[in-house]
Amino acid sequence: MRAVVTVSGTDRKGIIARVSGFLSEHNVNIEDISQTILGERFAMIMIVDTSESDEEFSALGQGLERMGAEIGMTVRLQHADIFDAMHNV
Amino acid sequence: MFGKSEVLETIDMIEKEHLDIRTVTLGLSLLSCIRSSAEETARAVYAQVMRKAEALVPTAEQLSREYGIPIVNKRVSVTPVSLLTAAFPEESVLVGKALDRAARELGIDFLGGYSALVHKGAADYEKKFLASIPETLSTTSRLCASVNVGSSRSGINMDAVRAMGEIVKETAARTAESGGAGCAKLVVFCNAVEDNPFMAGAFHGVGEGDTVVNVGVSGPGVVWHALKAAPEADLTDAAEIIKRTAFKITRAGQLIAKEAAKRLDARFGIVDLSLAPTPARGDSVAHILEELGLSVVGSHGTTAALAMLNDAVKKGGVMASSRVGGLSGAFIPVSEDIGMIESAEKGTITIEKLEAMTCVCSVGLDMIAIPGDTPASTISAIIADEAAIGMINNKTTAVRVIPAPGKKVGDEVNFGGLLGRAPVMSVHGGDAGKFIGRGGLIPAPIHSFKN
Repeated sequence: MRAVVTVSGTDRKGIIARVSGFLSEHNVNIEDISQTILGERFAMIMIVDTSESDEEFSALGQGLERMGAEIGMTVRLQHADIFDAMHNV
Repeated sequence: MFGKSEVLETIDMIEKEHLDIRTVTLGLSLLSCIRSSAEETARAVYAQVMRKAEALVPTAEQLSREYGIPIVNKRVSVTPVSLLTAAFPEESVLVGKALDRAARELGIDFLGGYSALVHKGAADYEKKFLASIPETLSTTSRLCASVNVGSSRSGINMDAVRAMGEIVKETAARTAESGGAGCAKLVVFCNAVEDNPFMAGAFHGVGEGDTVVNVGVSGPGVVWHALKAAPEADLTDAAEIIKRTAFKITRAGQLIAKEAAKRLDARFGIVDLSLAPTPARGDSVAHILEELGLSVVGSHGTTAALAMLNDAVKKGGVMASSRVGGLSGAFIPVSEDIGMIESAEKGTITIEKLEAMTCVCSVGLDMIAIPGDTPASTISAIIADEAAIGMINNKTTAVRVIPAPGKKVGDEVNFGGLLGRAPVMSVHGGDAGKFIGRGGLIPAPIHSFKN
C-alpha cells in the first residue's frame, strides 16, 4: 500500500536516521523523501510502500507514533489515497 | 500525485482546522422485521441492527487510523418505525427501546428513525405513533425521532403541525430535569429527505436499498481559515475560495464513504455536503460569516453572506462526489456553534433573523432554546412558518426547538457534548392559537403541478 509518513516538530539531529531505521526494520520501502525547515519547525514527508511489511497497517502507524514520541516528534502514517483524493480532480 | 505543500495542507486542516468526517451513517431497512406482535417485532429489530451494524464502529475506527482523519460519529438510521408498528401503534415504544438498546450495545451515539411521514394526512396508527414520541424520547437516550409534516408536492398537514406543538411541549416536560433535552432528539420536517446522515433527522427511506452508507462531511474551520488568508478578496474570489475548500473536504468524505461501504458490505449511498459546526472555537459557521465582513452574525447582510456560503459549498461539493444528497448546505444550529451562542447571548441574533437565514441555507431553526412557558400553539406556528418556507422554496426545512422547562429569556440550557449550550431566546408574544386550531391542510403550492 502506498502511504505517506509525515514527521513534524522542532528540528534536531538524527530524525531521518531514526525514522528510516524504523521503516527498514519493518520492511517498509521509502520511495521518496523531502524535508523543509520553517524556522524552528521541521517537517519531513516520505512516500512509502508498506506492501512488503508483515505488520498490519494501523499497528505500523501506532509503532511510528510511539517512536516519534520518544524523539519528541509527531509522526503519522496515512494511506496516500486521502491526499490524492483531496488534491487531484 | 500530490506535492509537499498539499500533504502539509491536509495535515494542517485535520490538526489545526478541525477537519473531520462528521458522521458515517449506516442506513438499514427494517421492513423485513415486522412480526405479528410488538414484542416479536422489537426482538427482530434488535437482532437485525445488531447483526448488520456490528462492524460499523470498528470499521470506522480502522478507517480513521488508516487515513489519518477523525470520524467523529458512527450512526445508524432505520426505516420509519411508524411503518413497523402500524398493527400495534400503542406499543411503538417497545420497538423504540429495542433500537436504543442496540445503539448502546454497539457504541453508536445516535440512532435515527423513530419517525413518521404524515405530510398529507395521518392514518390512525400514525396518530397513535406520534402520541408515543414523548414517552419514547424520555425513556431512551440514543434514539432520535423525526416527523415530516409537509412537502412541496402535498402542502402542509396543519393537523400534524398542531399535534407536534403539543408533542414538543410534552417531550420537554417529560425531560425537564435535563433542560428538556428530549426535544434535542426530535425534528419536525418539511420535505424530509430519505438519505440524510445527520441527526436528529436521519431515517432510512423506503425508497432506499437494504443497507446503505451515507457520509456527512464537515469543515467550517477549514473554510474559515481559507478565508482568513484572503482578507481583501472580493466576494467573487471569496466564493471561489469556499468552493475550492468544499471540494477538498468533500473528496475526503467521498473516499471514506466508498471505502466504508466496501468494508461494511453495503451500498455507497451519498455524501452530504454540509458545513456542520461544533461548539469548539474555530469550528463555527457564524465565524465564517463574520470573516466575510460582518461585525456579528445576525446583523443585516447575514442572509446574503449565508446564501453565498451555502451555494459555494454545494458547487464545490457536487464536483467532488459522485453522489450527493442528504441535507447538503450550511447548518446553523444555535447551541452547536460558538459564534451563534455568543451572538444569541448578546441578543444580536433573533429567531426572526434565523428564520430568514433558513430560506437560503440547509435545514432550519435548529437547536434553539425558547422559554418553557411558550404555548404549544406558538411552537406549532413556528413549525408552520418553517414548513411554509420549505414548501414554497422546494427545500428541506426543519424545526428543532427546546421549550426549556422553567427557563426564561436570558437563562441558559446546557446539553453538553456536541449538542452544546443554548441561551434561551425570545419568541413573539402574539397568539396564533386560532390559526393553528383551524387544522386542515394548507394546499400544495401552484408550482407543485409539474406533470
